[in-house]
Amino acid sequence: MNRGLIAVIVAGLGLLVLPMVLVSMGQGFYLGLLTRIMIYALAATSLNLILGYGGMVSFGHAAFLGIGGYAVAIAAQHGIGTAWVAWPMALGAVALFATVIGAISLRTQGVHFLMITLALAQMVYYVFVSLRGYGGDDGLSMSRRSSFGWEAWWPTRGDTGFYYLVLALLALALLCAHRLVRSHFGRVLIGVRENEARMSTIGYPVYRYKLAAFVIAAVLCGLAGVLNVELNRFISPSVMHWSQSGMLMVIVIVGGLGRPWAGVVGATVFLGLEEVLSHYTERWQLPLGLLLLALVLARVAGWRLPRDTGKSLQHV
Amino acid sequence: MLWIEQLLNGLQYSLMLFLFAAGLTLVFGIMNLVNLAHGSLYMLGAYSAATVTALSGSYAIGLLGALVFMGLFGALLEIVLIRRLYRQDHLTQVLATFALILIFNESVRIVWGVQPLRYDIPAALSGSVSIVGDLRYSAYRLATIAAGVVVALLLYWMVSRTRVGMWVRAGASNREMVQMMGVNVRRLFTAIFSLGAVLSGLAGAALAPLMSVQVGMGEEVLILAFVVVVVGGVGSIRGAFIAALLVGMVDSMGRAWLPGLLGAVLPAHIASDLGPALASMSVYLLMAVVLMVRPMGLFFPGAPSLLPKWLRRHPPMAANAAPGRASA
Repeated sequence: MNRGLIAVIVAGLGLLVLPMVLVSMGQGFYLGLLTRIMIYALAATSLNLILGYGGMVSFGHAAFLGIGGYAVAIAAQHGIGTAWVAWPMALGAVALFATVIGAISLRTQGVHFLMITLALAQMVYYVFVSLRGYGGDDGLSMSRRSSFGWEAWWPTRGDTGFYYLVLALLALALLCAHRLVRSHFGRVLIGVRENEARMSTIGYPVYRYKLAAFVIAAVLCGLAGVLNVELNRFISPSVMHWSQSGMLMVIVIVGGLGRPWAGVVGATVFLGLEEVLSHYTERWQLPLGLLLLALVLARVAGWRLPRDTGKSLQHV
Repeated sequence: MLWIEQLLNGLQYSLMLFLFAAGLTLVFGIMNLVNLAHGSLYMLGAYSAATVTALSGSYAIGLLGALVFMGLFGALLEIVLIRRLYRQDHLTQVLATFALILIFNESVRIVWGVQPLRYDIPAALSGSVSIVGDLRYSAYRLATIAAGVVVALLLYWMVSRTRVGMWVRAGASNREMVQMMGVNVRRLFTAIFSLGAVLSGLAGAALAPLMSVQVGMGEEVLILAFVVVVVGGVGSIRGAFIAALLVGMVDSMGRAWLPGLLGAVLPAHIASDLGPALASMSVYLLMAVVLMVRPMGLFFPGAPSLLPKWLRRHPPMAANAAPGRASA
């Protein structure tokens, strides 16, 4: 067994027993924080698929977080409380929407792609702001979490049970992402990032590969959105504000672009830092911004950061 | 007569959008820089104008002071930070300018507080003038329209008739070549960034009395300006002007008429939800349609012209003859 695998197993076991420790210490708040970190780790992992491996600088990823969440919350408002109906519906909606957005924006490249994904995501944001029937600007709340029908032996409606659900889904998603990147599909995707013209000349339908990757990543992010709304039992359009897309991007880059653990590492560092900073000062965005700027300037100056993949970045 | 008022509102918004987007498209097209913090410059323009006006008691001094401040601030920002980002990939630029937004937003909150700032329409322009018949229109809005037209014409003259403008146009279609020809690119870039900051600050200061001066005010207009830049074609001032007119008009017309139009065909409870939603989508639908037809925008420098052959003044350049344009 190599050291990486041992580390993963130790971390996984730690996460398995942590809730019991936290609950026995009466620190239920940190259980929520941990769940939130795992949800953002899932979202960031999905962004890493297209940003890190596919080289698509998508600046509208938070839209999928919002659509997935809103689909569940809207279903709940109409009386659909079972996850077996609401969740697939939410993921289907995200997939459909991502196909449309991807089909339009993948016609372009580089700065254009970045701006178009940003603009289309912002369009979704404004649509939900103006939907007064579903809360509009104030957001939409759910009275209770969706039910799976297995509450008798796995109480996913409770905070501890839900934590384990998120943990299981995150582990599954990481495994899937890992397999995907190692597969033929993943290799083609990396090839497209390195040199799109070459892949196209070899004969790969580059556009279709990119679109497929875009939709897969969107659905994964939609799942994170579903979990997010189930965790908070509340969603508002601010979930898909463009600064959220920026934050997801920062998480992926802090975690190490194009690395399998980027989402997990990035979300832990970023949300942990946010938590710590907000303890000390209300103006936590200022130190965060300065830190981020320092990080970027260090990279510009050519310093190699521990988890930085400087080489692959040049192609993004 | 309401439609004339809506038309004027749309025109006013379009012109301000153009002032904002002009700097953005030049910085994109020439320096190849994605500047998310352009909206912060807009916000700073409004804040500095409000502050100088409050200190001096004169609207004119306030506006002028803000423009001078924005010019200096833009130049300083370019020299200290932005200059280091030109050669970086877009992701790095996005990160750095995103960090700038966080820093500027919090700094403004620390300096000016969380409450929106008070910034009134100057007394001389606070009334309304009659235009056609008994239609009266805000004098301040008319003044901003006039100012917008004057600045747009000045900009057009500068870009199409002066030596600096020639460098700017040349830089937009082939950056390396301009450097080879011995233009002092560093100074040119600083000047362009500073000009962009002034224009953006002017738009912020002009729109501020009509909206409210608060943190985050630049971010909504930034997104719309992205649409303008994409629709108009990166780096093209003329494209930005036409796209700003299109986007501004579609936006204000959509907001004004779509809910009413839908109400005429659909039941009221559906229309009251769908109308505003569709109105806020209309601009992005416009962008999607334009990109279907022309993925690089309407007036991408170096792309074949849209005009019929007999109307073109210069022979069109081949689309692929622009190696200076880095693609990510």
